[in-house]
Amino acid sequence: MRFVFKTRYEQDIRLWRHGGDLFWYGLLLVAMILAPLMLDNFYLGELSAVLVWAVAAIGLMLLVGFTGLVSLGHAAFLGIGAYTNAYLLGQGVPFLISFPTGGIVAALAGVAIGAPTLRMTGLYLAIATLAFAIIVEKIFANWGSVTGGFDGLPVEYPNLFGYELTESWHFYYLCLFVLILVIWFSSNLLRSPTGRAMVAIRDSEISAQSMGVNLAKYKTMAFAISAGITGLAGGLFSHYVQHLAPDSFGILLSIQLLMAVVVGGVGSIHGAIFGAIFIGALPQTIAIMRDYLPTRVADMPGLEPGIFGVILVYVILAEPTGIYGRWLKIRHFFELFPLYKKSTFKRQKSFTKSERLR
Amino acid sequence: MSLLSLENLGIQFGGIRAVDDVSLDVVPGEVFTIIGPNGAGKTTIFNLISRIYDPSFGKLYFDGRDITTEKPHNIAKLGIARTFQNIELFEHASVLQNLLIGRHAHRRTNIFSELLFLPSVRRDELRHRIKAEEIIEFLDLQHYRDSLITNLPYGVRKKVELARALATEPKLLLLDEPSSGLNVEETDDMAFWIEDIKRDLGITILMVEHDMKLVSAVSDRVMALNFGKVLALGSASEVQSHPEVIKAYLGE
Amino acid sequence: MLELYQDILTVTVNGLALGCIYGLIALGFVLIYKATEMVNFAQGDLMMLGAFVAYTLIDSFGFDYWVGLLGAIILMAVFGYILDALLLRRVIGQPQFAVVMLTLGLGFVIRSAAGVTFSHDPVVFETPFTNKVVRLTEDLVIGQENIAIVVGTIVLCSVLYVFFRSTRLGVAMQAASQNQLAAYYMGIPVKVIFSLIWAISAGVAVVAGVLVSPLTLIDPDMGSLAIKAFAAAVLGGFGSIPGAVIGGIIIGIIEQGANLWLPAGFGEVSAFVVLLAVLIIRPQGLFGQVGRKKV
Repeated sequence: MRFVFKTRYEQDIRLWRHGGDLFWYGLLLVAMILAPLMLDNFYLGELSAVLVWAVAAIGLMLLVGFTGLVSLGHAAFLGIGAYTNAYLLGQGVPFLISFPTGGIVAALAGVAIGAPTLRMTGLYLAIATLAFAIIVEKIFANWGSVTGGFDGLPVEYPNLFGYELTESWHFYYLCLFVLILVIWFSSNLLRSPTGRAMVAIRDSEISAQSMGVNLAKYKTMAFAISAGITGLAGGLFSHYVQHLAPDSFGILLSIQLLMAVVVGGVGSIHGAIFGAIFIGALPQTIAIMRDYLPTRVADMPGLEPGIFGVILVYVILAEPTGIYGRWLKIRHFFELFPLYKKSTFKRQKSFTKSERLR
Repeated sequence: MSLLSLENLGIQFGGIRAVDDVSLDVVPGEVFTIIGPNGAGKTTIFNLISRIYDPSFGKLYFDGRDITTEKPHNIAKLGIARTFQNIELFEHASVLQNLLIGRHAHRRTNIFSELLFLPSVRRDELRHRIKAEEIIEFLDLQHYRDSLITNLPYGVRKKVELARALATEPKLLLLDEPSSGLNVEETDDMAFWIEDIKRDLGITILMVEHDMKLVSAVSDRVMALNFGKVLALGSASEVQSHPEVIKAYLGE
Repeated sequence: MLELYQDILTVTVNGLALGCIYGLIALGFVLIYKATEMVNFAQGDLMMLGAFVAYTLIDSFGFDYWVGLLGAIILMAVFGYILDALLLRRVIGQPQFAVVMLTLGLGFVIRSAAGVTFSHDPVVFETPFTNKVVRLTEDLVIGQENIAIVVGTIVLCSVLYVFFRSTRLGVAMQAASQNQLAAYYMGIPVKVIFSLIWAISAGVAVVAGVLVSPLTLIDPDMGSLAIKAFAAAVLGGFGSIPGAVIGGIIIGIIEQGANLWLPAGFGEVSAFVVLLAVLIIRPQGLFGQVGRKKV
């Protein structure tokens, strides 16, 4: 079992806990960079999709997992980022401007829904975000001049300094770059006063206020950052699907994003990434499973949501800390072997405290 | 020259005046205690000073400044810190992280420098960490530095609550029933901490308390409250022997 | 002029009818929320399931409409009880987010299961009110189905009102919702009460489903009405039972009016715009109460 012997405060501030962590993360990074050499275009595309999901999941995680604000409508920000990027590209705006603009417009939309909902408690906020997402989806469908309405909006290839990015591996490296950037930003945020303020808001708004945290400012900021990052994912998404349609950004997508966050493990960036891998791999897995299911079940239109539902129910009931939580338990088991005690992670019986009085 | 000044402060909830025409002055460097039966309005006064509630009438002054309409999150920056009766710590964070959040009022960085984690942010983090460690040493919390609050016993949580308030480097510390839930030994320890805070850190303390032994041990002045009104003001023994106060606690 | 009257009548009647349905679904939400502080995002799917069960009883088994309705209510009440006892009881004490996710997941499962078990295509059964109208004047008519919805809602609400007023269940509900531990100490079987509330809520959902089925037909996606019912519950004030129904009626009428008199697309979003407006301007809705935590 490893004990980290700390001699400097720096060791608590930096992003890795010890040399071993740095080694493994480094190895992972090298593997990710070399991936296009080892995978064919199809799997590279799938991996790119996972990377896009990861960016979106981190965006949502910052809001839900770290600030404690539930959003049932994050697909709206994905869509806003996607449509903004696609529209601007169609107007001849260079990719290097259209892509970040997608994120910025999404961030502004985040402020638009975040600012009025400041005083709302968890449940009402969730419903408000749901309503917001539905309204945005209808706007996508009806604002034909910009979004192309139900006909959809074709998306051009991104053009970087005159170089058109048409290959799978172009897209892959673009996604990887954005993901690494987003992970770096988020990790920085979380080890700095803003990140701590967000966690404070999640755990106790009243004492956060007494410590000097301006609730309005930080909640709005959390919404803006979360929406902005998800908007960037939307920009990437637009290049993945290459043709945008309003019904891609409905409630099902919002729930899938939430699933990524919940199944992966709420409250950590690792969780968001695990969740993204899970959600990214799921459609393929279901497709494979279809061959083994009775025809009546396999052919039904509602199979995917049904399986999502089963997984969601299972995770909430049996493994609320998600994949990352399970991973920590497994690692703990091996680290403490053979002294592992099951009761280390046993959930305490708890009683509901009324959340109606805050 | 008073540090904190309440002038005819009052708040009305529906038909009830939880605080009714209370005036008091807290002198810098003293330990001022408010006593009174349950429901007398003591914690409500704290909530008024922290600006969690808006007063219905009266005025609040701190350090020469009118804070009657000040926003709640500015109070920490002005130099007032408080602990809560039912501990309001950040449950899913460690003790150290709780203290670091307490440093929020002294933040000098902005969101953009933080996103990039510029050297200025790193320097500030170290600065905050040093201050937090000073407090951990002051209150003997080294053992619990990295423990999550959910895993800590009640007595330790009370200390962490106190530590977090101290982390804001306040001029005035509001302690809401610091000895509630503590046993005799822990209460004696608390008395020593309060003395240390007053003497070594030079922080003025306004305290709400029920434990009379603690009150007599540390207080410079005591005020008794009942039904939101002031009953008596003076030294601990004066107030405790005041007929009105005795009537309030024991009845006729 | 006559056309305007006809329009107003249509908007009012349709709005009232659909609004009552929103109100009944919202009633289901509020019942569960008031007691357990959980929000049941699967309420709409329970309604859909109830409608399918009634359909099966009436169509496949040949029962009479009223027998089918009653049978469906009983079956779904049992289902609701079991749902709580087996699954939802386990998340007591966890943050609300967990409950939201759980009920969302359940909703998906119920939807898929219903599609497989019953039918993916819309179906409907014969009701005593189908294709019958009430004549107000020569030219103004109201479909009897709409009247049935309104009357049914009134009857159901009255039954519930009497039930909660004159039984100890109502008080026990409140106690259990505000402080479970204390309620236990008072000898209240909290878990049983919660499951009973779910049973009642499921029963209410069935009534809503059966009443609305002639209008919307029965298919697995029927439950998406429930999202608009949220607007009703919020408008009424999430803790208020009469508020839920009144909120539903207001939303229903606004929706019909927007459909008729505003450009295309506005009707669809009107419920959500109202929802957002209420949450921003007056979050406690019309009849709700705001509480404040004492620190």
